[in-house]
Amino acid sequence: MGLLSKKDAVLLTDPLADNNPITIQVLGICSALAITAELKASIVMAISVLFVLGLGNVVISLMRNIIPSKIRIIVQLIVVATLVIIVDLVLKAYAYELSKTLSVFVGLIITNCIIMGRFEAFALANGPWRSFLDGIGNAVGYGAILIAVGFFRELLGSGTLLGYKVLGDSIEKTGLYAIGYEDNGFMLLSPMALIVVGIIIWIQRSRNATLIEEN
Amino acid sequence: MEHIELFFKSIFIDNMVFATFLGMCSYLAVSKKVATAVGLGAAVIFVLAVTVPLNWLLDQYILQEGALSWLGAEFAQYDLSFLSFIMFIATIATMVQLVEIIVEKFSPSLYNSLGIFLPLIAVNCAILGGSLFMQSREIPTLGLALTYGVGSGIGWFLAILAIAAIREKIRYSSVPPALRGLGITFIITGLMAIGFMSFGGMLTGGDEEAAPAPKVEAVIEKVKKSEKKQVKKDIAINTKTIK
Repeated sequence: MGLLSKKDAVLLTDPLADNNPITIQVLGICSALAITAELKASIVMAISVLFVLGLGNVVISLMRNIIPSKIRIIVQLIVVATLVIIVDLVLKAYAYELSKTLSVFVGLIITNCIIMGRFEAFALANGPWRSFLDGIGNAVGYGAILIAVGFFRELLGSGTLLGYKVLGDSIEKTGLYAIGYEDNGFMLLSPMALIVVGIIIWIQRSRNATLIEEN
Repeated sequence: MEHIELFFKSIFIDNMVFATFLGMCSYLAVSKKVATAVGLGAAVIFVLAVTVPLNWLLDQYILQEGALSWLGAEFAQYDLSFLSFIMFIATIATMVQLVEIIVEKFSPSLYNSLGIFLPLIAVNCAILGGSLFMQSREIPTLGLALTYGVGSGIGWFLAILAIAAIREKIRYSSVPPALRGLGITFIITGLMAIGFMSFGGMLTGGDEEAAPAPKVEAVIEKVKKSEKKQVKKDIAINTKTIK
């Protein structure tokens, strides 16, 4: 990529693995768990966060020299809230069913710690282009976990992906169901989201020993 | 009676942490010691108890469709509900600032131990989530909104207290290295959530909780059926015109 210097490329790739917002920085867990019972909802949520974080980082970074540090939290909240209202209205206009499924969790992007965290830690101290890359990188890292969790929960829980019956039909006993496979309905319940994320963290830390924390 | 019902429902059945995963970030970050967990939990109860009724008033008299009718007939058709995110978060940020000042004044030791996390209550999803659920569940009166706020706060307090106690104990057990810290906390929370699911039948005997889910599916199926009918009609018309 000729466009990006090496330093900038790190901003994009680092959050994907070794500095992942969910598994390492522990930011933005709430929404990651609540809406991942279906792959489709996870993807929409990932895209919404990508939009809000990418654009929000640029806006905050452009304003970083004129925001008084005492009221910066409120300024940040207003910026995020405005962007989230845009996302909410767009979802209601073009994907009404889906916005019903996501219910209050679209609004909760405002308080998604990942967004405030990146504003505080990065956008307030860096230029717009670097902030934009940082926002995109983190949102993609967040989205990757979201989609992974959504993928496993929908596949194991209802035997479908994006609504397509990839494992065969459970009522007519075709595909895998013909040999006695059953859906694990438990995967659709909320506690399993926590356990799936726990297992993802386990795998990641087993592969990279430097990430292991003390008790 | 409905106050008691809503109170227990918001503590156990719709527990903020275990049923809706709200406020997970601070729940995971501040649960290493019981003492700090208690402080943060108390702050969350207080902030929820203040912001939910306040936002209820805002919602009822400013934001809802037709809420402005007390200003005069010409305002009756205004619908400002798209502004609710900004209004709610502004109320919350202000209240958190207030709580911060009060705590700093009356309990400096608590203020020091809460450190950075007190301002972070403003971005704790549990607080905004409380207001948004209050709005989407259409809680009818101010008193019930207060009950809901206090109940959800206590539910969150219970959750963080429990996990902090478990994490203090788990320090003495040998957890697989890769699971230490975050990983095991996630899995324990998952197991606790499974435990809390058993409260689901506490008020209803399990009937009401089970009922809504099939309804939704039925609606979707109905839509699909009507679509199919439409398609069949279209085909029928097509064949007619061909004939």
